[in-house]
Amino acid sequence: MLSVSVQGEALRYSRQRGRGENVFAGIAVSFGNCDLSEELTDTHPDDLPDKMVLPLDGWHRALGARMVEFAGYQMPIQYDGIVAEHEWTRRSASLFDVSHMGQLVLSGDNVAAELEKLLPSAIAALRPGRMRYSLLLNVEGGILDDLMVTCAGDGHYFLVVNGAMKWDDIAHLREHLPDEVTLQLGDDRALLALQGPQAAAALEAVVPGVSALVFMQHGLFDWGNYRLGISRSGYTGEDGYEISVREEDVAALADALCADERVKPAGLGARDSLRLEAGLPLYGHDLDTSTDPVSAGLQFALSKARRETGGWMGYDAIARILAEGAPTQRIGLALDGRLPAREGALVFAGDTQVGRVTSGGFSPTLGYPIAMAYVAAEYAADGTKLQIEVRGKRLDAAAVPMPFVPHNYYRGDAQ
Amino acid sequence: MSRYFTEEHEWIDVEGDTATVGITDYAQEQLGDIVFVEVPDVGTMVDKGKDAAVVESVKAASDVYAPISGEVKESNAALEEDPALVNTSPEEDGWFFKLTIGDKSQLEGLMDAKAYAAFVDGL
Repeated sequence: MLSVSVQGEALRYSRQRGRGENVFAGIAVSFGNCDLSEELTDTHPDDLPDKMVLPLDGWHRALGARMVEFAGYQMPIQYDGIVAEHEWTRRSASLFDVSHMGQLVLSGDNVAAELEKLLPSAIAALRPGRMRYSLLLNVEGGILDDLMVTCAGDGHYFLVVNGAMKWDDIAHLREHLPDEVTLQLGDDRALLALQGPQAAAALEAVVPGVSALVFMQHGLFDWGNYRLGISRSGYTGEDGYEISVREEDVAALADALCADERVKPAGLGARDSLRLEAGLPLYGHDLDTSTDPVSAGLQFALSKARRETGGWMGYDAIARILAEGAPTQRIGLALDGRLPAREGALVFAGDTQVGRVTSGGFSPTLGYPIAMAYVAAEYAADGTKLQIEVRGKRLDAAAVPMPFVPHNYYRGDAQ
Repeated sequence: MSRYFTEEHEWIDVEGDTATVGITDYAQEQLGDIVFVEVPDVGTMVDKGKDAAVVESVKAASDVYAPISGEVKESNAALEEDPALVNTSPEEDGWFFKLTIGDKSQLEGLMDAKAYAAFVDGL
């Protein structure tokens, strides 16, 4: 039985990196002073290390984490238990290691204009210290990855991309950005996420000044002799921060944060159940190249002005979908009973198959199973009664608005 | 009554012609918080080594195999109301199902408690 369980984890959590044809390696460069484009050479995926070790690997193991492979790395899936960590995040604050994610820095002339050719968002309109959720799209309008883009000022932009996709993203960006734009992978940086209603108070105690940030705002903060890149953002639906830190300093920072009794470490398992409750899609499951931003319900990532002007990869296809309506839509489903429906489960309206579950699980906060699914547009309205097939049984479910659990972002006193 | 264990982390109590099946403390620990248990209907014929039940934890669904072949006589109704019994009392109140033993020779090769403890230590 255990072998099955481990297999389930592998299916759910591990993704192959380096699936693209051009994968770049030899990227051992520092965060701010080296031109990555000089360092890159085409490399076969097999040349990449089999198992990459994250800077906090030993830290997790010392705390008794159970490690699984995710995005090519060994990562903690849980410490004390997923439900306990999930509930602690909603109630207090949890520290997540998300160092597998790709931290990219773009700089050079006209970076914003060049990025706007690849992203459907208004990048040039971003003020320094502001960030935005955006998407890398292919010509067909399919989603190559989802990401956060931050305007750091002085012509620098930070991108945070999915760990499993970062090599493909680098290849895509390098292929389509002119040589004048420098692209650096900050693989000497770790990334921590501190999430929960007590995150602001706990981080303020360690890094004074961070509580002044509002949701989707970024700043540089001194911590001892070191500089941290901190944004008020995350992937749990809670208030919280994502903290970019040099890898040699990350253990000390993690220790300093966890020394606060309000903060406990949490693993990928709780991260997944939290983001599901928050209605946030997971790339490789709820989003991929067969999905587009309109079907995925991510129209907010398509800046209004840029829907009119176009000039970004995938625009023609997306403009057509916007005009004609998407044939399928990503919806939330609340299930009757306690049996969860997982990714791949088919969705029915009576005898007709109308869709497929892309993420699903038991919601610790709500006490019943929830799921995300893509269904034919005529079945997407809130309240639509549907059925989900799990091991030959039909489970009753209803389309419900997302997030399943309300977001708790800090937008400032004037919110 | 004797208790046997499998390498798939099921336990089986044998009393006369009846066997009670559950998963071990080690297994529940590995699975984490259990939110649903699907036990076989009474009258189902289960085959040694084949799927007999499903445990849903927060993170994944896992199959539970039948340690021996036989006909299901009773399943644990308490698990429907309180699946977390498998976490809190895996080797007693959290049992899954009882079956009529078809072929006692199938018990040969299963581990006793001592052998299972050594097996788990080696994992």
